[in-house]
Amino acid sequence: MSFIEAKNLSVGYEKEVVAENISFAVEEGDYLCVVGENGSGKSTLMKTLLRLQKPLAGEIRIGAEGKGKEIGYLPQQTVVQKDFPASVKEIVLSGFQKKCGLRPFYNKEEKREAEVNMERMGISELQNRCYRDLSGGQQQRVLLARALCAAGDLLLLDEPVSGLDPRVTADMYELIESLNKEGITIIMVSHDIGAAIRYASHILHIGETIFFGTKEEYLESPEGKYFLARQKESREEKTDHSGSEYSA
Amino acid sequence: MITKLFYYMQFPFVQYAVIVGVLIALCSSLLGVTLVLKRFSFIGDGLSHVAFGAIAIASVLKLSNNMLLVLPITIISAILLLRTGQNTKIKGDAAIAMISVGALAFGYLIMNLFSASSNLSGDVCTTLFGSTSILTLKPLDVWLSIGLSVVVITLFILFYNKIFAVTFDENFMRAAGSNAQGYNLLIAVIIAVIIVLAMNLVGSLLISALVIFPALSAMRLFRSFKSVTIFSAILSVVCALTGILTSILAGTPVGSTIVAVDVIAFGVCCLVSAVCRRQA
Repeated sequence: MSFIEAKNLSVGYEKEVVAENISFAVEEGDYLCVVGENGSGKSTLMKTLLRLQKPLAGEIRIGAEGKGKEIGYLPQQTVVQKDFPASVKEIVLSGFQKKCGLRPFYNKEEKREAEVNMERMGISELQNRCYRDLSGGQQQRVLLARALCAAGDLLLLDEPVSGLDPRVTADMYELIESLNKEGITIIMVSHDIGAAIRYASHILHIGETIFFGTKEEYLESPEGKYFLARQKESREEKTDHSGSEYSA
Repeated sequence: MITKLFYYMQFPFVQYAVIVGVLIALCSSLLGVTLVLKRFSFIGDGLSHVAFGAIAIASVLKLSNNMLLVLPITIISAILLLRTGQNTKIKGDAAIAMISVGALAFGYLIMNLFSASSNLSGDVCTTLFGSTSILTLKPLDVWLSIGLSVVVITLFILFYNKIFAVTFDENFMRAAGSNAQGYNLLIAVIIAVIIVLAMNLVGSLLISALVIFPALSAMRLFRSFKSVTIFSAILSVVCALTGILTSILAGTPVGSTIVAVDVIAFGVCCLVSAVCRRQA
């Protein structure tokens, strides 16, 4: 049974449909990349997956046989967080909030698991530092460690590399890939099609037409070819040095 | 000066004032950090004006203990304000401005139309700026304040980690499946209780100062949520004590003296933080 299954899903705000007829399935261990242009409904779909919003039509099922029920979410940073006085440890521990239920404090086991997750993200030395003093890449690692505390087997990453410089971006992708190799299912929302093609196992393209399939199928599909060509064009026009070249 | 202070401290009403003052300062500082960080600072302001309107109604109805009316009204407004903040046509800050100014106007109007008191502007001034009402507390008020403070502090400690989580990242909490909405509601109710409590001390116009100054001062100096919270509680209590004692000795109005001390403390914290940064 798959982790997440969506059938003819329509997402949007109130009565306005942003994207419709989305069908896809995520199996355990998959690395799904959700791509599409701005305004195509990527983030609306993500909010629906996170249960922050109800689907307008269709079905969505999350979790299977006691696994994947919780989604570890890596959100984009908010303005509030930019100058939030909190230590790294406090933030990582807050990932356990759901598991705590009404229990007021974190127990020893959770504290140990938080240590482990900070170790995995390579931020153990930073644990008493203030979040707002960290670099963008370090902050992302902190939030990723928190997501791991919230859910051990399914992560949803919202533009995990936006605002990071090329080197840190590459590090971040490596880190996510290593988590995936450990068996964690990854869903990444991104407009970085190059990275999607390099790292993902499956692609969900949202736009005028919806595509869902493996990366190989995507590269052969009209959506994939068109989107890649468009991206390449705009990339050449800009000739920026943002580092992520396409391996397609 | 010390002997004068000891002489005053023998009077029960002075003791009451000190006890209640310290408790109120402690409670009000606890949620200050959350309010400032969630960009809710103005909610305190709005609610205090609602409380002013409620007090006006209570005094017209000649209730023996006006807390019984003021507390529920303020709590309901707090809940409504949080609701409107999320998904209505009127945005949060505009809604707060509307409610607070409206309550202020109606409160004064009601007092003016129905009040039998000979000293109307004195009454209004007392409600707005607290002036001497803390020195006229009855034992029942003191016990009520102690009781409410204990409730507020207990709730805060029990829900400390949840309050942190919902302050830092509400969406993450909701995505993880926690009841973020419920905790927001809890925060709103605690704020309402604190505001009603603090009206005794500093009056409705100055409450926001009591809530946000200690938090802002602590945020200048400390870099973790726990240390910010603890320091702002300590700072708030110290400032309140200094303010109360100064006002007793110098005969100044209690509320504004406390707030003045808070402002000075904020200035000192800014200075210390600037010096530390230069050295670093």
